[in-house]
Amino acid sequence: MPAEPFPITTARYADVDLSVSPSRAANSEPRSANSPRHPPVDLLRFNTCGSVDDGKSTLIGRLLYDSKSLMEDQLEALERSADITGGGQVNLANLTDGLRAEREQGITIDVAYRYFATPRRKFIIADTPGHIQYTRNMVTGASAANLSIVLVDARAGVIEQSRRHTYLTALLRIPHLVVAVNKMDLVGWSEERFNEIRAEFESFLPRLDIKDVKFIPISALLGDNVVDASVNAPWYPGPTLLQHLEAVHIGSDWNLNGFRFPVQWVNRPHNPTEPKLHDFRGFSGQIAGGIVRQGQKVMVLPSGNVTTVKEIHTFDGPVAEAFCPQSVTLLLEHDLDVSRGNMIVAWEDHLPGASTTLRANVCWMHQRPLQVGKKYFLKHTTHTVQVVVTEITHRLNISTFDQEAAPATLGLNDIGEIRLRTASPVIFDGYETNRLTGSFILIEHGTHSTVAAGMLFPPTEVVRPENDEFVI
Amino acid sequence: MSTYHLDHLQYLETEAIHIMREVAGEFERPALLFSGGKDSICLLRLAEKAFRPSELPMPLLNVDTGHHFPELNIFRDHRAKELGSRLIIRTVEDAIARGISTPAPGEVSRNRLQIPTLLAAIEEFRFDCCIGGARRDEEKARAKERFFSFRDSFGQWDPKNQRPEIWNLYNGRLNPGENMRVFPLSNWTEQDVWEYIRRERLEVPTIYFSHRRLCVRRQGQWLPVNQLVPPKPNEEVRELVVRVRTIGDIISTGMVESPADSVEDIITEIAAARVTERGSRADDKSSEAAMEDRKKAGYF
Repeated sequence: MPAEPFPITTARYADVDLSVSPSRAANSEPRSANSPRHPPVDLLRFNTCGSVDDGKSTLIGRLLYDSKSLMEDQLEALERSADITGGGQVNLANLTDGLRAEREQGITIDVAYRYFATPRRKFIIADTPGHIQYTRNMVTGASAANLSIVLVDARAGVIEQSRRHTYLTALLRIPHLVVAVNKMDLVGWSEERFNEIRAEFESFLPRLDIKDVKFIPISALLGDNVVDASVNAPWYPGPTLLQHLEAVHIGSDWNLNGFRFPVQWVNRPHNPTEPKLHDFRGFSGQIAGGIVRQGQKVMVLPSGNVTTVKEIHTFDGPVAEAFCPQSVTLLLEHDLDVSRGNMIVAWEDHLPGASTTLRANVCWMHQRPLQVGKKYFLKHTTHTVQVVVTEITHRLNISTFDQEAAPATLGLNDIGEIRLRTASPVIFDGYETNRLTGSFILIEHGTHSTVAAGMLFPPTEVVRPENDEFVI
Repeated sequence: MSTYHLDHLQYLETEAIHIMREVAGEFERPALLFSGGKDSICLLRLAEKAFRPSELPMPLLNVDTGHHFPELNIFRDHRAKELGSRLIIRTVEDAIARGISTPAPGEVSRNRLQIPTLLAAIEEFRFDCCIGGARRDEEKARAKERFFSFRDSFGQWDPKNQRPEIWNLYNGRLNPGENMRVFPLSNWTEQDVWEYIRRERLEVPTIYFSHRRLCVRRQGQWLPVNQLVPPKPNEEVRELVVRVRTIGDIISTGMVESPADSVEDIITEIAAARVTERGSRADDKSSEAAMEDRKKAGYF
């Protein structure tokens, strides 16, 4: 089957006939929709970040188009908008820039989510804007990602935004990073230029703790090395971007050590018709870490009561064990006082911390700056508690990675280290151990705006139950 | 289970159950929007998974435009009864009669008129949260939507001022009069919905499957001939083998020619489809920002 002609051009740099791009000849097999006989086995979430003109939206448009995930009416809509606003030229970026203000200003304002599938995987893309003022959106889009793509314009090289995005990827502990060096066509596919950019990244990467980094030279506009291999870069032997996304190992991205079960909802039938439901009292939630087994000894926090798991209830029947991130309902051996916001954890091994004083890195997300001494709500797992910020220890300059000691405030898009005091103990892990039990948001009183995303430092002391008092 | 691994449907399911339970945990008076369509059918199964053996901790709510496919309403009532859930129906007819919704001169479509009807129902029952089945892959304004979508006291969506959603921490705090729309299926695609229907063996209304129907050609679509859509003298009318891919009002939902008469067939058909689901919805085509404008006014 011959390659489908690419019927559209882009407004970013005009007069390029995409249909005759030589780099797209290699692979024309439909990759899109998963055939029912070969359902995708897993799901990869990734985010794309770069500064305004690095070509993020074009890259996503290219991924969707070349993987045959774009539909005819979407192309039609693109062409319609081109006739009206684009002077007849279609912009692939219009696919993701869904809001009117975005199309008018030619920018991405908010995180946009896109979905596509190949026979090997399903993908969720969070397209996160690169403007400085929208860093909070990058944190939003990236927090749940397995992988982050940082786009760099080959002409401009590593700029402040590239460093910020890479730093945020590290801070959020996204396990995999791809540096996509874009617009390689505009630097004549220079291997030397690619190596320069790579070397510049490698000069600061050791200061960040990112385990898996991949560099790929691409042209999102022309499609080189996005889905199909480029003929323009014989010096690059590696996978295309999509090949890498399909192959990267994400099996161990969830924490399976140390059972953590934040209780979301108490499941207690009010007027059961079945007599056996009269005593049903289950604790429903999503496992935030580890594995739970029927008959296992567990501890309820903060009360410290120890009991055993009588049954792991699901709508599809009881199961012998369950693991992170499954949603289940636990029935306990003893009739304990357990409510939303409590945490059920494995007894004895891998105990979490419990404290009313916390240390955390926060990304500030609101125009009204953080004030020392001000009270906020802190939502951590299913537990909401009042806190007061007692100290701002540092502000991090995420362009130079230097620390500025004891700043007066943290403003919108600042990242800094703070200390908090909570009204009641928080049961937590360090963010580096568990992203779900190590993270929180701060909510402002009155407006109820989400003002910060926080990542907790590891506990200095773990829960220390004194057996005689705690065991029933 | 020997390997601790979730496939994509299991992942989407646990994410959606978590969101359902956050709603039950954080809101006083939630409701679940149930139309009888395929997405809200999945929502109901997820609610069962989240809350059984208890009763679902929220009533079902449907805004009946008066232009629904009758098959859909029959299915809606049947499913609500089967679940033992309270079903609240508020109609656009009634809202017009009471002056809540006012049709513009000559306005036939109920699409805009259902918005004030919904907002009035939210006020009447003081719902602080409505769960809906919208998905981000449907439309690009929806692609910008959060799981927890904050609405001010006029029901409006402000896309530039959405609450950031980080990890799985949802901020459900409200002031009086404000409310939340919650979309547990945000990350699902049309294909995921049908694969889930297959995996869970869910019952769906028959109009999703291939059947014979008299259709009229109008604006590039085959509309079902009925009292509200009488063919005009010069219009082409044919009996076709069709099904619906997405269900809107009977006056604007395009019928798709299709031989698919099982869930399996539908999944195969979607896998090969070259047009999106909402390509057969005239209401979305009126302008580039049609959905955005309706959402800002309080639409789902």
